[in-house]
Amino acid sequence: MAHFTKATSVHDWLNQRLGIDTVRRVMATEYWIPKNINFLWAMGMVLAITFALLLVSGIFLLMYYQPNVNTAFDSVNYTIMREVDFGWLWRHVHGVAASVVFLVIYIHMFTGIYYGSYKKGRELIWISGMLLFVTFSAEAFSGYMLPWGQMSYWAGMVITNLFSLGGLHADGLVEWIRGDYVPAQAFLNRFFMLHVLLLPLAIMGVIGLHFGALRIPHVNNQDGEELDFEAEAAKYKAGDKKHSKVIAFANDFMSKDMFVVGIFLIFFFYLVFFHYDFAMDPVNFDPADGLKTPEHIYPEWYFLWSYEILRPFSTNVGLMAFGFAQVIFFLLPFLDRSPNAVPASRRGLFFIWFWAMLIDMIVLTSMGKVPPIEPYGSIGFYAALTFIGLWIALPIITMLEKKA
Amino acid sequence: MKELFILAVVTVFTLVTYYLVEPFAHSVMHKHVESEHFAYADLPALTKTGDAARGKDLVMGAGACSDCHSISVAGMPARMDAVTSAQSYGVNPPDLSNVGVVYDAKFLAALIKNPAHALKVEHKYTPESGKEHPMAFFAGAGGDIDQEIADMVAYLQSIAVKQDKLTPKMAFETACGRCHAMKYENWTQIGEKPAFKMKKDELAFDIQVIDYQDALTKYMGKLPPDLSMYIRSRGEHYISTFVENPQHLLEGTAMPRVGVTAASADKVIEHLADAGDTKRFEREEVGKKVMIFIVIFALFSYLWKRSIWKDLH
Repeated sequence: MAHFTKATSVHDWLNQRLGIDTVRRVMATEYWIPKNINFLWAMGMVLAITFALLLVSGIFLLMYYQPNVNTAFDSVNYTIMREVDFGWLWRHVHGVAASVVFLVIYIHMFTGIYYGSYKKGRELIWISGMLLFVTFSAEAFSGYMLPWGQMSYWAGMVITNLFSLGGLHADGLVEWIRGDYVPAQAFLNRFFMLHVLLLPLAIMGVIGLHFGALRIPHVNNQDGEELDFEAEAAKYKAGDKKHSKVIAFANDFMSKDMFVVGIFLIFFFYLVFFHYDFAMDPVNFDPADGLKTPEHIYPEWYFLWSYEILRPFSTNVGLMAFGFAQVIFFLLPFLDRSPNAVPASRRGLFFIWFWAMLIDMIVLTSMGKVPPIEPYGSIGFYAALTFIGLWIALPIITMLEKKA
Repeated sequence: MKELFILAVVTVFTLVTYYLVEPFAHSVMHKHVESEHFAYADLPALTKTGDAARGKDLVMGAGACSDCHSISVAGMPARMDAVTSAQSYGVNPPDLSNVGVVYDAKFLAALIKNPAHALKVEHKYTPESGKEHPMAFFAGAGGDIDQEIADMVAYLQSIAVKQDKLTPKMAFETACGRCHAMKYENWTQIGEKPAFKMKKDELAFDIQVIDYQDALTKYMGKLPPDLSMYIRSRGEHYISTFVENPQHLLEGTAMPRVGVTAASADKVIEHLADAGDTKRFEREEVGKKVMIFIVIFALFSYLWKRSIWKDLH
């Protein structure tokens, strides 16, 4: 057993029992981050803050929301929006944050791809990040069911139908997922459970893994330079902060993060108060009606690109393409055969690949929302083929890449 | 500076994506109808100056309006209750007290002369259908029919409340409330639902509402939707242009052209916002304060960053 002495202060009392000085040193003051970074490196903190906003607003909404097909719509639109003090604020914060979090996730992902931050020991950072993308997607989808509006109902119908797996006709699986032949009470209850318990738990667990995966390989930097973190840290601790290539997580990195968070929050709260419609589809303000299919059914904007990979093909081919799109990003660290972990601008063909992928995904996103009439149907079809083609080309062009 | 360049790239791609999935996609999905400012240009202008006193005699007498319509301000009660009326006519005919202010004068005149035409529901009452609009058209009382109609309109305008006394709720009830319920404002097609002490009284009321709705469903083909959240599900522009001419946005719909004046349409929309967007003023107030707070937060965080990083560069 450790030796305890009479505490001289509260700090000392805690320190003897929890080792708070060590925790602080390991997690903050001597957690080394490269100095050569730009504001894109703050997206992790922006995501953490957005997740906190979702969690807190969600807790308040949970106090009034009723997961019942007869009362869910009114509990949101009447009770929360009209009766509860600032219920409207929590709902708008929750709805807008759910949309904006995906914008930041996509920026975070493309930052990682651009700077090659998934290579040389950082593979697990990428994979755990992709796991977060998937769990956030499930969380967003399950949450979208809860207001039990027209889009909740019909999006639930369409997405659960995917599990019939086309030509396999696995209708039993679809019924098992729904707990009924159509989305109804059992469906709403289980998606409520997933949204407020199982998926948030999974997300918090994977966030832990994501942070943990970062610890040993360290954060990448703007030039892909391999740093000797110990030597640079020694310089920093000796007081030569100017020439050290690393900074401490707190307060150095944190102060820059918080500035970026400040700018982000200006944008975020502008959307919450003055421009929330994009995140709260008008169609979902009609109560769910199983006898009235909306004229256009489309997912929220952040799912549109993968929806458009599903849609232009025949059922079975579309499902395979969709399955491909869901898993392929996980494999990025292994499909990129080049040893160069440097920014895309120094990687020749990969630089073209990066911008082609980004633009193709924006085209897919856009075509995924409009009805598949010409010319949009064809544009979507070729953009989906381009997406698949780019992934097939990736190992080849990265193998041809010269060592930088 | 490199960071600003990166920010510009991120912003441009974000805005392009936003443009494509919002304004662009919606322009493809939804037909855009321009407002005609409730001019009802297809209806003939009133050429005669009406006389309210003569109009009163026509409305109460030869015009036979009061056979079906109550006029509560003039002490004319309804001959039947709302449910029986709906069972007889399909929908309860409106009380005429405030129609003179809610509806456009040109529209009222056209309505008296040929209801199905003014309401733009002639597609429902074709000769083949064998159906006739439940409101009988006015064939004249022996004199100049245009003069007689102008007189009736003048009378209806003379008994109506003044424009500035017309509340959003009154406009909604007169123009929409006999077909559309509004649960969040406690409104049913037969009026506001009172608070009942006894459960069986409440049930009796609910049964009346259901009977009314059944008659209305038979008349319209489908029960007209509850409008509680329409301000969010359809938005101001859609509602305004739809009310102006439902056929533009939903060809063949059984919903009649409502015929409200531009000012009354604004009142109706205000009432929809009072039901479905009650916190809009609070939202703007709180929004401004939060923006000020967050800008100050960003400024302080910038100063903090500068003070920390001056040792690092």
